[in-house]
Amino acid sequence: MIRVILPYHLRNLAQVSGEVTVHVRPPATLGAVVDALETSFPALRGTIRDRTTGKRRPFVRFYACAEDFSNESPETQLPPEVESGREPLLIIGAIAGG
Amino acid sequence: MSSVRLLVGTRKGAFIITSDGKREDWKIDGPHFGGWEMYHLKGSPADPDRIYASQSSSWFGQLVQRSNDGGRTWETMDNHFVYDGETGTHLYYDNTPHPWEFKRIWHFEPSLRDPDVVYAGAEDAALFRSSDGGKSWQEIPALRAAQGEKWQPGAGGMGLHTIVLDPSNPNRLFVAISAAGVFRTDDAGGTWRPVNRGLKSDYLPDPEVEVGFCVHRIAMHPSRPGTLFMQLHWDVNRSDDGGEHWHEVSGNLPSDFGFPIDVHAHEPDTIYVVPILSDSEHYPPEGKLRVYRSRTGGNEWEPLTNGLPQSHCYVNVLRDAMSVDSLDPGGVYFGTTGGQVYGSPNGGDRWVTIARDLPPVLSVEAQTLP
Repeated sequence: MIRVILPYHLRNLAQVSGEVTVHVRPPATLGAVVDALETSFPALRGTIRDRTTGKRRPFVRFYACAEDFSNESPETQLPPEVESGREPLLIIGAIAGG
Repeated sequence: MSSVRLLVGTRKGAFIITSDGKREDWKIDGPHFGGWEMYHLKGSPADPDRIYASQSSSWFGQLVQRSNDGGRTWETMDNHFVYDGETGTHLYYDNTPHPWEFKRIWHFEPSLRDPDVVYAGAEDAALFRSSDGGKSWQEIPALRAAQGEKWQPGAGGMGLHTIVLDPSNPNRLFVAISAAGVFRTDDAGGTWRPVNRGLKSDYLPDPEVEVGFCVHRIAMHPSRPGTLFMQLHWDVNRSDDGGEHWHEVSGNLPSDFGFPIDVHAHEPDTIYVVPILSDSEHYPPEGKLRVYRSRTGGNEWEPLTNGLPQSHCYVNVLRDAMSVDSLDPGGVYFGTTGGQVYGSPNGGDRWVTIARDLPPVLSVEAQTLP
């Protein structure tokens, strides 16, 4: 079980409060977690990564265990603490704009 | 008793504003999707409770929302807008070829007859269609074959912002694109051609050029589908032959720059514009917010000021932020970048402030409900 903390607007869109959990077959990669999120919450499709290119949206960032995973490839394996559910994957909307 | 529902898209959410047929007292419901840019909301003429809404943000991209109950509840629909086939290039700001890239939906135009059929105008400019109520989208690619390689973005991007359906001919559609011009199909989207002859823009010195015009909006009265009115970047224009030929009808306007243009619901020669000082100064001349009305289909214009601020007013009115109802007498509505929504229950003779402090208004659509 992977714990994910979504930014405010995506929690509203997914109609959830607090963190969400998704199940991913090991090894838990960044891409597999986002795949699982989009499957569980179809309203999130296209909000974290572009629907056509599959690329992370520029103002969306990924953090886990105090590390920035934003520029890692989708095949990057998340830390064991995230895979075991002790630590969450944080999806952050960058602070920008007005 | 009939009533009016205004669908108001703003920079920070959508608002549903309602009144009875007197149109004096208004109830504001919202924000829906607070914090999101709501570019445009429009209801189906065949089922007014079916509403399509364009939701977007710089962070999270484009979303499509649909309501089946007049805006009380919403359902997230498909947001996968894929250009059909080889996308090719258009011209960029610096005149170099640039590939098509989807950015957002500027405008939804539901079918006049089928609530599940809806057209979507995109940036970078393209026309999409859904025949399943927004569950999937298909591009109508023949439009981009109409000299798409010569289209170029306006200052606000290269958006397809106006979609006009001919009520007398389901095979005829008009679209308008900044900065490309007006395009028409007579075979339900199978083929398209530019219909911009007679338009003049100082930045296009060739009088024979077919595309490149920064059309801001076009409007049609349903009883007279051959007549189109246009707010060009500069100049108000009119065509009486389905866009084949245009002529200027700016007449005595204090400025012929502006964005919206609309037609009275019962008087096909009564049209409305909001003059803006210039393309460098997006606010009304003299700080006076004046809607101008022509009862002669252009050329002769009168200012409508009763109830509108006549000093120190420096707001803009965007292209999709004006609409009319079909009650009798006909109502007119518009929203400003200052967050005000104004309405007139009598064709513009007197205006009431419907909302004063909303976020910047991007779009206003009026629905007349039985």
